[in-house]
Amino acid sequence: MAAPHRLSRRTLLHTVSAAGALGVLGSALPWRPALAKDLVVGFVYVGPRDDFGYNQAHAEGAAAVRALPGVKVLEEEKVPETVDVEKSMESMIALDGARLLFPTSFGYFDPHVLKVAKKHSSLTFLHCGGLWTEGKHPANVGSYFGYIDEAQYLSGIVAAHTSKTKKLGFVAAKPIPQVLRNINSFTLGARSVDPAVTTAVIFTGDWSMPVKEAEAANSLIDQGVDVVTCHVDSPKVVVETAERRGIFCTGYHASQAALAPKGYLTGAEWNWAKVYTDYVTLVLAGKTVPNLVRGGLKEGVVKTSAYGPAVSDAARANADAVKAQFMDGSFVIYKGPLKDNKGNTVIAAGEAQGQTDIALESMNYLVEGVTGSIG
Amino acid sequence: MDDGGLGWWGVPLAVLAGAIRVSTPFLFVSLGECLTEKSGRINLGLEGTLVMGAMSGYAVAYGTGNPWAGVLVAGLAGTVFGVLHAAICSLERVNDIAVGIALMLLGTGLAFFLGKPFIQPQAPQLPSLALGWWSDVPQVQSALRINALFLAGLLLAPLLVWALRCTRWGMVVRIVGESAEAARAMGYPVNAVRMAATATGGFLAGVGGSFLSLYYPGSWNEGLSSGQGITAVALVIFARWDPMLCFYAALLFGGAGALGPALQSVGVTQGYYLLNAAPYILTLAIMIATSSSRHRLAGAPAELSVTR
Repeated sequence: MAAPHRLSRRTLLHTVSAAGALGVLGSALPWRPALAKDLVVGFVYVGPRDDFGYNQAHAEGAAAVRALPGVKVLEEEKVPETVDVEKSMESMIALDGARLLFPTSFGYFDPHVLKVAKKHSSLTFLHCGGLWTEGKHPANVGSYFGYIDEAQYLSGIVAAHTSKTKKLGFVAAKPIPQVLRNINSFTLGARSVDPAVTTAVIFTGDWSMPVKEAEAANSLIDQGVDVVTCHVDSPKVVVETAERRGIFCTGYHASQAALAPKGYLTGAEWNWAKVYTDYVTLVLAGKTVPNLVRGGLKEGVVKTSAYGPAVSDAARANADAVKAQFMDGSFVIYKGPLKDNKGNTVIAAGEAQGQTDIALESMNYLVEGVTGSIG
Repeated sequence: MDDGGLGWWGVPLAVLAGAIRVSTPFLFVSLGECLTEKSGRINLGLEGTLVMGAMSGYAVAYGTGNPWAGVLVAGLAGTVFGVLHAAICSLERVNDIAVGIALMLLGTGLAFFLGKPFIQPQAPQLPSLALGWWSDVPQVQSALRINALFLAGLLLAPLLVWALRCTRWGMVVRIVGESAEAARAMGYPVNAVRMAATATGGFLAGVGGSFLSLYYPGSWNEGLSSGQGITAVALVIFARWDPMLCFYAALLFGGAGALGPALQSVGVTQGYYLLNAAPYILTLAIMIATSSSRHRLAGAPAELSVTR
């Protein structure tokens, strides 16, 4: 055997720094930035992108962007709402040359997106769910969100037509304004059909709690609920449990029709494909991107799932009629007199809060007809 | 009001149904851990084993179309993790708790990595026995749809009690767990016994994981376990290393977990965060009520590094 080759600390340092220099040289070579002719778009998801839910809805949008010419799409899944998302974005920027970033989870915005955006003022950061404020947030940041409660209102109409027990169930994660708005709109939609309908809501406490979601769905069904819907990250468990117990359900985030061929009525879905391709087309054309994008059914930001086989003709006609009013912008969900479920008046008679009303984004009540409480 | 609802009767029923539905993974993991700890080693990695079992069971059930093949493979995956733990711990001066934590992270990480393609597909589910045929209340029928794995766990607990108490094998495990020196002096191979006990424990934990993905809640995703493996390891201490008590403790935890949603569904909606924490408050209370500063925990194997 040859004499053992001993690596001194000095040789080691030399080798390492030489390798480092080579790396720097490599990044300066001409073939690497050749890719940068394409617009590189980065998507960051908080969970797996095929979860039948929130992240899948975004990933479907990303897939539509990928189909555009001159675009390269990067995706990273399961990035926690911590400093990790900053690292993910930094590496997309530094290693892959991303110029447009979509951090898609609510908790990414403050402080993570804001911090990275300040550092890279020539890049564009578009965040889902945040509320961009002029002067307070950097100009290269934008936020977008949809009035998905319009679709939930339609789901409520269909649910009320289908329910025999007049009891609806809602499995929710946390009592934050967006969730409350969905619960309330779903209930208002249902009670527009039949004022005797009630919605029982169960809060599981977090966005992804499969066992608790299944328990919640089972408890609701045991109480006579025969249409259930949810607002959790992945509706898969709730929809599957409903189908197994032989009741109806309406979906959320994406279409879960494949999971419940018998009981799936309709659902409130995001239409990020439209939002994302619009954004990317603007960037490709070199135009400035709007900082605040909001929209509902009319703007094409949200859509409804195709009706399932259990939906009656009366339900279809009713929901389609209201949908037509949403499409021409004449329908207002939150109009007085509106009471919360403790009997207090939250919107006085004669008043109306249209979808763009900022008051709706800080909703802190459950409407009359909802069994449940926020505290 | 005859509308198919149960009202307040729904709460005890939901707790009972929850005890049966939710307890099985707790039961399998805690029985496995009980056996492992009886041999004098603690395997904290069972959370990873549980998640790995859930993932591999789901993947195999989806691939082969046979859920029982999934259960078997989940058990085998758990065995591999058990063997790995035992093999590393049989080296000199290796801390079994540290190895357990490492394997927990490895198991969950590996399961998330390999499980990516299986989040979306629907795998065939384990069948259940309808033991509620005598009732015409659909809620009771649903609560008494009992999975065969739960019944297996129900039989396994007394079997394990008997095996540990009355068989030669059980005695060897207990000797190794009480005093490795005595076992060595009597000529029993300490490491081999611990290897067998940890591998069996891993098998059971893997099977428990397959219950999660193949029966209740019945799909694979990354939040599936949410700490049930760790809770089950703690259950063993709570149950004083007695398999029968493990069974009752698992039922208690399953039922307590169902209490929060059940109360919310009948309209008790204040303080549900507190109700959701019910199992943990209960554990704390019982641990405090039964602890003593004067003697070590009754039933604790003397070789266990946490009690030594």
